[in-house]
Amino acid sequence: MTLIDLANPTKFLALTARVLPWLAGATAILLLVGLYQAAMAPDDYQQGATVKIMFIHVPNAWLSMFVWGVMSLSALGTLVWRHPLADVAAKAAAPIGAAFTFLALVTGSLWGRPMWGTYWEWDARLTSVLILFLMYLGLMALWRAVDDPSRAARAAAVLTLVGALNLPIIKFSVDWWNTLHQPASVMRMGGTSLDKAFLIPLLVMAVGFSLLFVTLHLAAMRNEILRRRVRSLQMMQASQQAA
Amino acid sequence: MTALAALIRRDIKIALRVGGGALIGVLFFLTVTVLMPFAIGPDLPLLTRLGPAILWLGALLASLLTLDRLFTADHEDGSLDLIVMGRTPLELACAAKALAHWLAAGVPLIVATPVLGLLLNLDASATSAVALTLLVGTPALTFTGMIGAALAVTLHRGGLLLAVLVLPLSIPVLIFGVAASQAAITGPLPFGTPFSILCALSLVSLVVGPFAAAASLRHGLD
Repeated sequence: MTLIDLANPTKFLALTARVLPWLAGATAILLLVGLYQAAMAPDDYQQGATVKIMFIHVPNAWLSMFVWGVMSLSALGTLVWRHPLADVAAKAAAPIGAAFTFLALVTGSLWGRPMWGTYWEWDARLTSVLILFLMYLGLMALWRAVDDPSRAARAAAVLTLVGALNLPIIKFSVDWWNTLHQPASVMRMGGTSLDKAFLIPLLVMAVGFSLLFVTLHLAAMRNEILRRRVRSLQMMQASQQAA
Repeated sequence: MTALAALIRRDIKIALRVGGGALIGVLFFLTVTVLMPFAIGPDLPLLTRLGPAILWLGALLASLLTLDRLFTADHEDGSLDLIVMGRTPLELACAAKALAHWLAAGVPLIVATPVLGLLLNLDASATSAVALTLLVGTPALTFTGMIGAALAVTLHRGGLLLAVLVLPLSIPVLIFGVAASQAAITGPLPFGTPFSILCALSLVSLVVGPFAAAASLRHGLD
């Protein structure tokens, strides 16, 4: 079965109906194992128990960017190949990505309170994630502004690709701006210096959250397809009654 | 080439004549700048410190306000369809329209900057630094904003949606524009570093803006 075969929404619905329970089960198991390991992980010698926020925060932050990547691929699918499911995928991904970004912001803020003594610091990473969140909300506003889904899909695809080009530039300029205004006060967390006791639960949680995204995304795509079917049935009914 | 020149000349004429509304942007810029001291207080040293930021924010909002006009009027009277179907490549036509818009609505903002700098207690070197950064930075605002204007016109929505889509994209321009002005006034950073990055941002938007706007017009109009 290739990507082209999935262009048929009926085949897509049949396939996902079989796959989704397994995906949901795997997600639940991985997240439970990850949470257990995270709870059992030792406290950090400096940060104490608050370091455990990391196990939620980092997977969410990584997914917040990954989802924009998924949407960019879908946008290419919409504009270049006119794949019928690409705009469904892009539309379904936006609220999920916004939710992950919001969670990354909230957990980052909660982590910042004991570490930096404030809920909000204009730290480079927090700031660029906040801008990413604003862009997700703008994209969702664009989707909601038009009632014709295929029109909205093409506009949203252009905006998604422009956003994908712009996000690295925004990230770079915020980093630059941040070092200009406040040199210190940023925590250090070298990726490679992470101890195994932290690294393994973190990886389990990252895979678990990624599977959670796939599950939610497929379910949301199914909902969107069914919603469009209901809409076209209602339109047909209305036109029959009028005739 | 003559077609593009004619397009630029036509757009500037329409913008400057009655009903065009290019100069309303300058009026808005002036009003916003005059409002700031009422919120902050008539504290001259503080206004000097905030001056570049106020001028940049005012210019950003003013250019956003006039962006709505970039495609809407042409869409309403049907000439946008002619431009899309015409033999001139749509990317070039979009670039010409944005250039005309910048000449009619962006340049007056830069010309007004020295007067507004006076109100904010900026000295001559500070004012010229802000004017120079605006001269280099406002094309980036117009050319990225054009993407939002093209999206908004295909969706028959303008105003707030345009602002929500365009403002996050203009954050880098704002950062480097204000940073370059501040560097010229207080240092310690050399003026050249943020200024050349600002130039780079403008050049990138000059390339990306017309293509994205043309793509959204081509896919969106029917």
